[in-house]
Amino acid sequence: MTTATVTDSELNAFLDGELAPARCAEVERWLAGHPEAVARLEHARAQRDALHRLFDPVLDEPVPEALQQAAQAPVRRAGRQRVPWQQIAAGVLVTCVGAAGGWFARDRQAATPVAALSVPLPRQAAVAHAVFSPDVKRPVEIRAEQEEQLVTWLSRRLGTPLHPPRLGALGLELIGGRLLPGNSGPVAQFMYHDAAGQRLTLYISTENTGKRDTAFRFAQEGPVNVFYWIDGELGYALSAGMPKDELARVAAAVYAQLERR
Amino acid sequence: MDSAAILAELPRLRRYARALVGDRMAADDLVQDTLERAWSRLDRWRPGSDLRTWLFAIMHNLRIDQLRRQAVECVPIDEDAHLLPVRASQSDRIELDNLAAALARVPEEQRAVLLLISLEEMSYAEVAAALGIPLGTVMSRLCRGREHLRQILAGDPASPRLKVVR
Repeated sequence: MTTATVTDSELNAFLDGELAPARCAEVERWLAGHPEAVARLEHARAQRDALHRLFDPVLDEPVPEALQQAAQAPVRRAGRQRVPWQQIAAGVLVTCVGAAGGWFARDRQAATPVAALSVPLPRQAAVAHAVFSPDVKRPVEIRAEQEEQLVTWLSRRLGTPLHPPRLGALGLELIGGRLLPGNSGPVAQFMYHDAAGQRLTLYISTENTGKRDTAFRFAQEGPVNVFYWIDGELGYALSAGMPKDELARVAAAVYAQLERR
Repeated sequence: MDSAAILAELPRLRRYARALVGDRMAADDLVQDTLERAWSRLDRWRPGSDLRTWLFAIMHNLRIDQLRRQAVECVPIDEDAHLLPVRASQSDRIELDNLAAALARVPEEQRAVLLLISLEEMSYAEVAAALGIPLGTVMSRLCRGREHLRQILAGDPASPRLKVVR
């Protein structure tokens, strides 16, 4: 007696435990005479195992902070998300108001110090970091997948060849970058993240004509730590919400790479 | 529905999104959109129904919207184009290096069904509910999806648009 032909759908249902028990026995008998179907079945099972091996590690990854927050009911979220950068932004507002005050008062004063109008490099960088790094959907303008395009564009706009440092050895991967307004012209920001989703930004400004090179300097702007230095016309600032010594290590690596160029 | 229940689903939503979309950031964006839409449509949630299926259904609809918007990137591929006759694979152990790339070449509607069943271990009925398609469609997409993936892994034709002369 021959069992009625087993369809591919039935074979799948057999594998996935969706087949009625009575039919399972028939399928098993039928398989004995159909080695090519057994091979297909085995392959489907191998696919299942391989998919688990490839993607199960995602289950153990730390869930990014932004997603954890998005899982919370919206009411609780709104209050929490704003805190970090408003602290810094408030500081900048004071600087800007101060600057504007100077601007409006210029008629009465013989000379307004230009410095009053410009925001210091570490503060610019910290604000840019605080504004863009928590953005899950659009942290950068151009993603690292189009790195060549990103580098060409930013180099052209800043008028100097730029190269985002490779920080893979420190577990940091380039996400992408964007163009930003500085005190008097364009500046560039590159963003990186580590395996835990922690983000770090490198801010590069070309507005340092006439200034001397400096050694590493450290600044703390609210929750953001910043290492910055000036090298010729270029000012660099590395910002992240990570501990100072950890950030120092990254800064040293960035500096070393830029030196080699 | 509460935050803790949604938080508990996060790892699986992320795993599925990663497998479906490929890119880590794009996948997490999709998860974030899903969570936001879930909260905004809380009134449509029926207490007592399966939260996971509901969240996967939301994600699926968002993904369809996404694909419609980026129509340029998802040029429809002739479904049978890479069905080349191949010998049964010698080894049942699949190289993970090839798997992600091979998976990306399986048409998305088949990939979704394949992943929900093989990776997320949903029942056929749950998949039908999450994707809003009949049970028969789940089964036929699963068949084609598994077969596509097998062919791609085994034959790896140079181009997915290669035509088979019959």
